[in-house]
Amino acid sequence: MALGGSAQAQLFPDGFPNPFRAPPGKWFTKDDVTTSYNYCEICFWKCGIQASVQGGKVRKVDGYESNPKSRGMLCPRGQGGVATTYDPDRLKKPLIRVEGSERGSGQYREASWDEAYDYIAEKMNQIKFEHGSESVAFFGHGTGDAWFASYLPGAWGSPNAAKPSVSLCTGPRETASQYTFGRGISGHEQIDWDETDYIVLIGHHIGEDTHNTQLQDFALALKRGAKLVVVDPRFSVAASKANDWLPIKPATDTALLLAWANVLVEEGLYDAEYVDKYTVGFEQLAAHVAQYTPEWAAEITEIPADTIRRIAREMAAHAPRAVLPVNRHTVWYGPDDMHRMRSLYIVNVLLGNYGMPGGYYFCDAPVVEAYPHPALPLSPASGGCGGGSTDVVTDSPFRPAADRGKFFGTATAVQELIEPMLTGEPYPIKGLFSYGVNLFHSIPMVERTKQALKELDLYVAIDILPMEHVMWADVILPESTYLERYDDLLLQAYKTPFISARFPAHPPLYDTRGAFDMAKQLGERLGLGEYFPWENVEEYLDRRLSSIGSSLEALKDQGTIVRRGRPYFADWERLNRNPIGTPSGKIEIYSERFAEAGLDPLPVFVPPIEGPSGMYRLLYGRSPVHTFARTHNNPILMEAHGENGVWISTSEAAGLGIRHNEYVYLENQDGVREGPVRAYVTERIRNDCVYLVHGFGHKTPLMRIANGRGASDNYLQTRYDLDPVSGGAGLRNNWVKLVKGAPDPQHPPVAWLAREGSRA
Amino acid sequence: MTRLAMAIDLASCVGCAACSIACKMENEVPLGVNRLWIRNTTVGTFPNLTVEHRPEQCLHCENPPCVPVCPTGCCFVRDDGIVDIDVKKCIGCSACIAACPYDARHMLPQGYVSKCDFCKHRVDEGRMPACVETCPTLCRTFGDLDDPNSPVSIAIREARRVDVLRPGLGTEPNLYYLNTPAAFGLVGETGGTL
Ligand code: SF4
Ligand code: SF4
Ligand code: SF4
Repeated sequence: MALGGSAQAQLFPDGFPNPFRAPPGKWFTKDDVTTSYNYCEICFWKCGIQASVQGGKVRKVDGYESNPKSRGMLCPRGQGGVATTYDPDRLKKPLIRVEGSERGSGQYREASWDEAYDYIAEKMNQIKFEHGSESVAFFGHGTGDAWFASYLPGAWGSPNAAKPSVSLCTGPRETASQYTFGRGISGHEQIDWDETDYIVLIGHHIGEDTHNTQLQDFALALKRGAKLVVVDPRFSVAASKANDWLPIKPATDTALLLAWANVLVEEGLYDAEYVDKYTVGFEQLAAHVAQYTPEWAAEITEIPADTIRRIAREMAAHAPRAVLPVNRHTVWYGPDDMHRMRSLYIVNVLLGNYGMPGGYYFCDAPVVEAYPHPALPLSPASGGCGGGSTDVVTDSPFRPAADRGKFFGTATAVQELIEPMLTGEPYPIKGLFSYGVNLFHSIPMVERTKQALKELDLYVAIDILPMEHVMWADVILPESTYLERYDDLLLQAYKTPFISARFPAHPPLYDTRGAFDMAKQLGERLGLGEYFPWENVEEYLDRRLSSIGSSLEALKDQGTIVRRGRPYFADWERLNRNPIGTPSGKIEIYSERFAEAGLDPLPVFVPPIEGPSGMYRLLYGRSPVHTFARTHNNPILMEAHGENGVWISTSEAAGLGIRHNEYVYLENQDGVREGPVRAYVTERIRNDCVYLVHGFGHKTPLMRIANGRGASDNYLQTRYDLDPVSGGAGLRNNWVKLVKGAPDPQHPPVAWLAREGSRA
Repeated sequence: MTRLAMAIDLASCVGCAACSIACKMENEVPLGVNRLWIRNTTVGTFPNLTVEHRPEQCLHCENPPCVPVCPTGCCFVRDDGIVDIDVKKCIGCSACIAACPYDARHMLPQGYVSKCDFCKHRVDEGRMPACVETCPTLCRTFGDLDDPNSPVSIAIREARRVDVLRPGLGTEPNLYYLNTPAAFGLVGETGGTL
């Protein structure tokens, strides 16, 4: 982390005392400071912020009390993320790849927006003419994905719209939740932290993934005295706060969860009244879990049977105020993932906590009417963090998404749309939009992705920075940052649902536009103008807000409107309504729908896929100061954490003769090499796995600070295992070895690079 | 009297550095130096481990070694206890940087010394320092030690254990660490990295 003190002053190239230079007044001493409301876009959590502008620049962002996501506090990324807007390496103008140059060779010429749109529209129409509108795929991530991975593809007529936030992240938990509860997990995991007394985290990296509100709630729960159990092969930051750390053998979590279900059932510790009233399938479960004894699980998980029993009893003693929170990134091991998530939900249900204080609460997004528009010809099942639905559109005049038939779930799987670009099966995908999706740092099998891009007739990238994958596009559309643009309203499902708005703090610094404008302008070029009937973003927002008796002007002074929620069963029962959306109207412990589809109606343990001997399973996670692969050119955040290290246990490192902080290479089971990367030799990890923080290892000199720092887990993920139920891509079945002899890359100080960048 | 102090509850701190980065933005701290930084240290061996996440900054000592060494009198203690720098008088001689046993001070490119000033511009307006306000684990408290109802007085009173950095130096810091994760108190001066 950041180091302090005088030792660093010498890094400053002109850090010499100059008694004659008057100290400049800081921004807060000036009289031209203004503030505007916004919601943070440095990660997907979208905390409400107030941006303080002085001298035409955002100097500071703060949370604000009335916003339930920030409550006046921000995470490190939110605080420092501001610097990305002022990054000299940003994309500043639309770019078109030089005619005749190869994709990936990075030769571009500046273009006007009109020219860029015309180029895209012409190619899209040509693809539609030759192959059909479905042959253009749309990937999206970020607030604007509502336009580029849902609305525009719906208007255009392509079901091949996908978000990595589903099949590369939340897919298994969402499908499991839909088929168990008939509801998704909300984008804000609905854990009733304020009321819980006992928390069991399964590989859930709170404190390392700094989802602001969740971290606040977690810390407050512990402060209140809630007990914490952390199950993780690595002594995570959360584990450092735990009463019990269970260093589980990787890929065996489902066995542990099933054994807990076994103890709760066998010892009669489950909430019989709750189970009776709200669930179906308990009898089948009881018979099914009899085989999963703690002794059986101890063999598999390497957690002693006594510990398994003790924790189950402790959970039960605190129930229903005992909770196993659902985590977000759940694509771990492929075929096991759905079963793990179903097991997790079932243990919660046995504790009687779903829809009860101290467990999971119910939440729905606040209702604000859509701007009236003609019905879209298609509604793509791109899903989102909030989950895809289980509805299957059957009467569509379009061909089904190109990933149909590969798995059971309905939300489109981003990684399954790459193959059709290469093989033309079941039909060719010839066009691609990537809105904010880092194709080379989120989708496994990077080489395959690169080959696929070469086959396309059109590839459009919309982004803020010249990421590697962006510099492969035919047309690059530069987006304004969250501090420079309006966006659609944020309608947040939460214990108290709320509505937040984004107001630009200042006009765009460069010739950039927001997704809202780009989608409309491009839509009009494509002859889809009728679907974009609004005049501009202000009029659009104002009209939507008028449906709830508010206005854009009102939100300008208010930032957030908070609604009342219906968090518990009791709140629904008072209204004679049922929050459970399954066909039976009950929580489906046993899933008839799975049974009918030939899937396991109750969760089973799928033995882990084992790796080649002498290699370590590659686990990955988050840094508190970074988001995905998105923040690694931000000088402030990079100074706080400027390169990742590969965590390896002290004893394994000793055997390999590797010293702490020494540079090594990582080589995976397919011979792919990453690094140089520092070895982080630690007691905090098991012997059978290594760990990397995700998002490092950028490979483009166009991002001066990010370039070449650390290693990319995604480049090492040359295989994945499909979850046949959710369509998630299990990423943790990749193995690496550490190779000695990597040179010290001698990274220049971030401060120096930042100065060079702003001089250029 | 007012005696301003800060307390950090290490049982809650996760070492996320939100405080450090909020400080950087708020106070326009240039790249390359910090008013506030984090030390993460692992203690123990697998599987009996603990990690101390410890933010460090100026301790606003009662007996600040940095103040008497200043030849121009620009280093001084405010009535409320904030150890402050009158930058207009600073000649950049660096004597205070050398005198601070906690390495809390740094030289700015403009040629004067800087460090944590408890966000005095905020305190003077009755607001909380930037690091306290943003901390997502709410582990930081700030206020007047002479007021038994100030957040910092309450936090110190309710703490299971209260420590200061290197108490043997007699500097009497006004930055308190509460509830250290290790039973023996604060860990030594060398830290690990993230
Ligand atoms: S959690 Fe942090 S990065 Fe994410 S929206 Fe909130 S402040 Fe921004
Ligand atoms: S913001 Fe709070 S939790 Fe994070 S490092 Fe600072 S004091 Fe610790
Ligand atoms: S009190 Fe202000 S100056 Fe001191 S560390 Fe906190 S934010 Fe920085």
